[in-house]
Amino acid sequence: MVKRSGTSQTLVALAVAIFALVFPFFASGYHLYQAAQVLILAIALLGLNLLTGFNGQISLGHGAFFAVGGYGTAILMAKLGVPYWVAIPIAGAVCFGAGFLFGFPALRFGGLYLALATFALAVATPQMLSYTGFDPYTGGSMGLQVSKPHAPFGLPLSADQWLYLACLACAAALYWAASNLVRGRVGRALIAIRDQPIAAETMGVNAALYKTSCFGVSALYAGVAGGLSAIVVGFVSPESFGLPLSLAFLVGIVVGGLGSLGGALFGALFIEFVPNIADQLTVSFGESAKALPGAIYGVLLILIMAAMPMGAAGAARAIARLGAKVEEGGDANVAANYGGKGEAP
Amino acid sequence: MGEFLHQLASGLALGGVYAIMALALVMIYQATHLINFAQGEMAMFSTYFAWKLMDLGWPYWRAFFAAVVASFIGGVVIERLIVRPFANAPVLTSVIVFLGLAFIFNALAGWLYGYSVTSFDSPFSGRPWFGAGYMSAHEAGVILVTLAVLLLVYAFFRFTPLGLAMRAAAQNPVSSRLVGIRVGWMLAIGWGLAAAIGAIAGMMAAPIVYLDPNMMFGVLLYAFAGAVLGGIDNPFGAAFGGFAVGVMENLVGAYVVGPEVKLSVALAIIIAVLVWRPSGLFGRRLVARV
Repeated sequence: MVKRSGTSQTLVALAVAIFALVFPFFASGYHLYQAAQVLILAIALLGLNLLTGFNGQISLGHGAFFAVGGYGTAILMAKLGVPYWVAIPIAGAVCFGAGFLFGFPALRFGGLYLALATFALAVATPQMLSYTGFDPYTGGSMGLQVSKPHAPFGLPLSADQWLYLACLACAAALYWAASNLVRGRVGRALIAIRDQPIAAETMGVNAALYKTSCFGVSALYAGVAGGLSAIVVGFVSPESFGLPLSLAFLVGIVVGGLGSLGGALFGALFIEFVPNIADQLTVSFGESAKALPGAIYGVLLILIMAAMPMGAAGAARAIARLGAKVEEGGDANVAANYGGKGEAP
Repeated sequence: MGEFLHQLASGLALGGVYAIMALALVMIYQATHLINFAQGEMAMFSTYFAWKLMDLGWPYWRAFFAAVVASFIGGVVIERLIVRPFANAPVLTSVIVFLGLAFIFNALAGWLYGYSVTSFDSPFSGRPWFGAGYMSAHEAGVILVTLAVLLLVYAFFRFTPLGLAMRAAAQNPVSSRLVGIRVGWMLAIGWGLAAAIGAIAGMMAAPIVYLDPNMMFGVLLYAFAGAVLGGIDNPFGAAFGGFAVGVMENLVGAYVVGPEVKLSVALAIIIAVLVWRPSGLFGRRLVARV
């Protein structure tokens, strides 16, 4: 039975992969732009989920690392003339460092205080980015322009198609890395620290090292996503990296499923398209439609926490399990609910 | 020198707002050991409620007290309906639920009252009773209101049976239940009080920061900083922290980093305090038993 759900999972993954690969050859430029945005958000959600979903460290400020990645890439490209395929890895490495360093004070905060500190980080980020002292590098509140890269080696692809495929490759590679990370020894240690910190340390897990490294890796994901976003949008400005972005990330991992990597894509689709659809409704229903995304986010956050703490991924697993149970009758609960202790103390 | 005193005075007035807000946070922290991330949006919504009443022609103080009472009832209802089911949930779940609440209030205010920035009347006008020349009537009024709120909260918890029962329920829920205190209701009243106190903070802040659905982001952040600085389990420490943060914010903003990066001051205070003295200046140091 477990095997059966395994094969159906592989089939779904295969279908998603094929669709993602042929998509650029029939979609319009704007849809490609949106799809690239979804992939970028999915990368950031993967990173945040490693930290919050798997390791249990709450971050309400991942927009700040996204901003460091975006600004890092933009400054390297626009001011220093570095090509994007060098700039983004450098920006990601800088974010790893920043996240690792932020992880040290975070060790002392724990739970609630970490949420507070990262909330403060999220609120303060736009102001720090538009600080006039950095104007020569950051362009102040005006932001920075980045030129969109074209396909290399004379490939017959438009810039949009190329950017989409680049984002897809990054997302796939980072997903693969994250899923290997959480399936092995490291992942077990991260989950153990989340659920039973004292027992984990007794077993010889170096909690401090794991937690700070996890912060670093998570920030690296956010930074790469920010870098990709800078070249896809072609522009970075302080106001796009504020509290709303950080909170949208949190909504994304909750909707997709805490502690589940596959949910990142669903979460990303959700936080990309709900505000988009609300924007379109503004045309017909006036300004009050602007309240729609917030209302949907708020109600969903509470409902998901109450009814299905594992989000969409958890719901999908539950349905799959139910189906298997009906077919084979009995012991369906054996299916390992991976990392599924959303209600752990 | 005059400029300095002026900055100091307006820092104290803003600090008063942060102090009231920090007091509201402490109210919920003491009872449940959680920080209510929705406190700012709840206060914003209460302020809009008062604004609507004044728009309908109510005089200021009638609208003020009506908003405070309505917020108290609203806080009790929220605790009963939304917060209570998550009473034993892990911290992450509670934080997410509070953020959900914040989203809902923000959206509700935008939907009901619109997103445009509106001015909000101050009840204080003419010459201030003290500090004339350095602060406006509203700034002097905010400081007085803050002191009055502090005094009332102190008297309530010190001299009334209900206040005593609430303190008991927060300190030792099991024993309190054994002597007949309805601990669940005490928590609900705590939420009501926090919402009412938050409403006062919102109405004091609105004439300074203007009324719009996002007006409390900054105020809430400074209140967090104040509560952390003073010690989040100590109401008077938190109020002191609120005043201190207001003054620091204004002075650092005016003389050190420039007013456009003032929010980073709050971030720096929060991180510095959490790193060097996590229990705050006046907080009790927590010792966890393994």
